[in-house]
Amino acid sequence: MHFVVCIKQVPDSAQIRVHPVTNTIMRQGVPTIINPYDLFSLETALRLRDEMGGEVTVLTMGPPSAEDALRKALTYGADRAVLLTDRFFAGSDTLATSYALAQAIRKIGDAWGAPDIVFAGKQTIDGDTAQVGPGIARRLELNQLTYISRVTKVDAEARTVELERRAEGGTQVLSSSLPCLVTMLEGSAEIRRGSMAGALRAARAEITTWSAADAGITDLLKCGLRGSPTVVKRVFAPAPRAEKAKQIEVKAKSRETADDLIEALFEAKPAMQADLEQLAAGL
Amino acid sequence: MSDAPKTAAAPSRAAMKKELPEHFKAYKHVWVMVELERGHVHPVSWELMGEARKLADKLGVDVGAVVIGAPDAGAREAAAESFAYGADVVYLVENPILAEYRNESYTRTLTELVNTYKPEILLLGATNLGRDLAGSVATTLLTGLTADCTELAVDADKSLAATRPTFGGSLLCTIYTLNFRPQMATVRPRVMRMPERHEGRIGRVVEHAVALEEESIVTKVLKFLPDRSSQTSNLAYADVVVAGGLGLQNGENLQLVRALANVLGGEWGCSRPCVQKGWAPAERQIGQTGKTIRPKLYIAAGISGAIQHRVGVEGADLIVAINTDRNAPILDIAHFAVATDAIRFLPALTEAFRARISPHANDRLAG
Repeated sequence: MHFVVCIKQVPDSAQIRVHPVTNTIMRQGVPTIINPYDLFSLETALRLRDEMGGEVTVLTMGPPSAEDALRKALTYGADRAVLLTDRFFAGSDTLATSYALAQAIRKIGDAWGAPDIVFAGKQTIDGDTAQVGPGIARRLELNQLTYISRVTKVDAEARTVELERRAEGGTQVLSSSLPCLVTMLEGSAEIRRGSMAGALRAARAEITTWSAADAGITDLLKCGLRGSPTVVKRVFAPAPRAEKAKQIEVKAKSRETADDLIEALFEAKPAMQADLEQLAAGL
Repeated sequence: MSDAPKTAAAPSRAAMKKELPEHFKAYKHVWVMVELERGHVHPVSWELMGEARKLADKLGVDVGAVVIGAPDAGAREAAAESFAYGADVVYLVENPILAEYRNESYTRTLTELVNTYKPEILLLGATNLGRDLAGSVATTLLTGLTADCTELAVDADKSLAATRPTFGGSLLCTIYTLNFRPQMATVRPRVMRMPERHEGRIGRVVEHAVALEEESIVTKVLKFLPDRSSQTSNLAYADVVVAGGLGLQNGENLQLVRALANVLGGEWGCSRPCVQKGWAPAERQIGQTGKTIRPKLYIAAGISGAIQHRVGVEGADLIVAINTDRNAPILDIAHFAVATDAIRFLPALTEAFRARISPHANDRLAG
C-alpha cells in the first residue's frame, strides 16, 4: 500500500503579528509548525502502514524552508518526503495549488507506485479554506472522502474502504473504493510522539526536492498567480469599534454589581427582560 | 490557499484586470445552494438567500435557489421556503440517487446545473456539505472560490467583492474572481443575518432531470447514525450564550458558565485555549476556527478576546465582558464590562438573574 500525505507548513497562528502601518504579516521570528489538521491525516496514514505494510510519502509545496515540516513528518515515521518548490508557484490560490500538488502526486506515482490513498488536512489554520483536498481529488479523479472521523476498514485485495464521515446531525457510514482522497477530522487519532531514533533518521534523510519542471509541470499558466482565478485586491485590518465598553462599577458585594449589570442590560435593550423570561421558561 | 496576503503582488495583478471572456458574459443571476439533508434545510441556506437577494437587487438580476434531493423528501417544501426567503427561481432536481449527500452525485448535479443555466454568482454554506461540494465544483469548473466570507458586496463594475478574515482574523482581505464564472463563495452559519420570511411569496420552478445511475456512483452510504441529542449543542443558533476562557483557571470552573447559561435558557461555550487544554470538547469552541454565534446576549467570562475569538462573536446584539484586565481586547467589542474575577462574580450573576427572571417564568408556567 502506498499512502501519500499532503502537508503544509504554517506560521504558529498564536504568534502572528500584523505590522500596524503596512498591514502585512510579520513573519520574522514566528515559529512554523505542520498545519495541526494535517497531523491527524498523517497519523492515520502511519497507522494504516503499520498495520498493512507499505510506505508513507509526505508531500508539501512551499518555500525551501518548508523542508523543516517534512523532516518533522519523517521524525513521526514517514518513509519518504518530497518538497515541491519553485518561484512559479508563488501566489498560488487553492485552484493553482491543487493543480501543482496533483501533478506532483502523479509524479510520485510514477517514481514509487501509484498511491492507494492520498491524505490531506481538513483545512489549514492560516487559510482555513478546506478547498485543496477536494481540488486534488477532482484533478486526480479520486473518490473524495472529507471530514472522516474513522477509517474502519481498508481491503487491499478488494480495493475497498469503509469509513465514518461527520455530517450535519450525525455520522455517515460509507463504503468506497481505492484510490481515494481522505481528509481526517481533528481529534480522530491520538498523534504519536516522534522517537529519538526517528529524529536521528529524519535529520540524515534526503528530502526529494522538485522544481515545477522536475514534477512534470509544463503548463506554467496553471501555476502561481497566473493560474489563480482569485485575486486578492485589498488587505486591511479590521476597523476597531468607536465606542469602548461601559464599565459597571464593581461594588464590595458581587450581588450588587450583578444587579447593576442586569439593570444596565435591560436599560440598553428593553426587550431583553421579556426575551430572557421566555427563554428561561423554555418557551 | 489564497491565504497568504499577496500584498506585494496584488496591485500589479489587480491592474491586470482583463475584459471578461465572451463566453462568460451570458452568466447571470445569483444562486444559493440550498442544503437539504434528510428533509431538513440548514438555516445557513436562508441566511445566504438574504445576501443573494441584496446582491441580485444591486445587479438587477434574479435569485436562483438550487434544491437537490430525493423525490418526496422535502424538496418541494424547501422550494416553497426558498421563495419565502427571497428566491425568484428554484432549480429543482429530484432523483432517488440524491437521497443522501455524496460528493460524486452532488458535484455532477450542481456542475450540470451551472453549465446549463449559467449563474454569475454561486453561494454555499461553509458547512461540511457546502465545503466538500464547493471545493470539487469549483475545481471541476476551474473557477475561483472564496471560503468563509464575512461580507459580500458588488462593486462598481458588477464584480463580486468577497471579504474574508485571514490569519485567524488578524487581517481581512477582499478577493475577486475577475475573469471566470461563476464567482463562488462560502459563508459560515450565523455570519449573515437571517432575512425576513415572506409567507406566500412565490416564484418559478425549473425542474431539471439529471442522468445519474447508482452503478456509476462509487461511494455508498451504508448507514446514517444520528447524533444523540446530548452530543450536539445548538450553540451557533442560541439566543443567549455564556462562555468561559482561561481566566476561569481550570476546567471545573466551566461549571459556573454552564450554571449561568442554564438559568438563562441559553448555551455555553469557551475560547480556543480551553479546548486545547482539554477543558471542553471542540464543538463548544467559539471563534474563527470554532462556532460563529449571533445571540441576543453574549457573556464572556475570563476571556481576553484574541482576534480569532472576537470575529466569532461580534455579531452578538449585546456583549458583556467579565475580566479583571481593563485593557483586554475583548473590551474593544464588548458593550458592558465588569472588571472583576469571573470565578467569584459568575455565581452572584447567576443568582441575580434567577431572581429577576425566574418568578415571572414560574408564573407563566403555572398559568
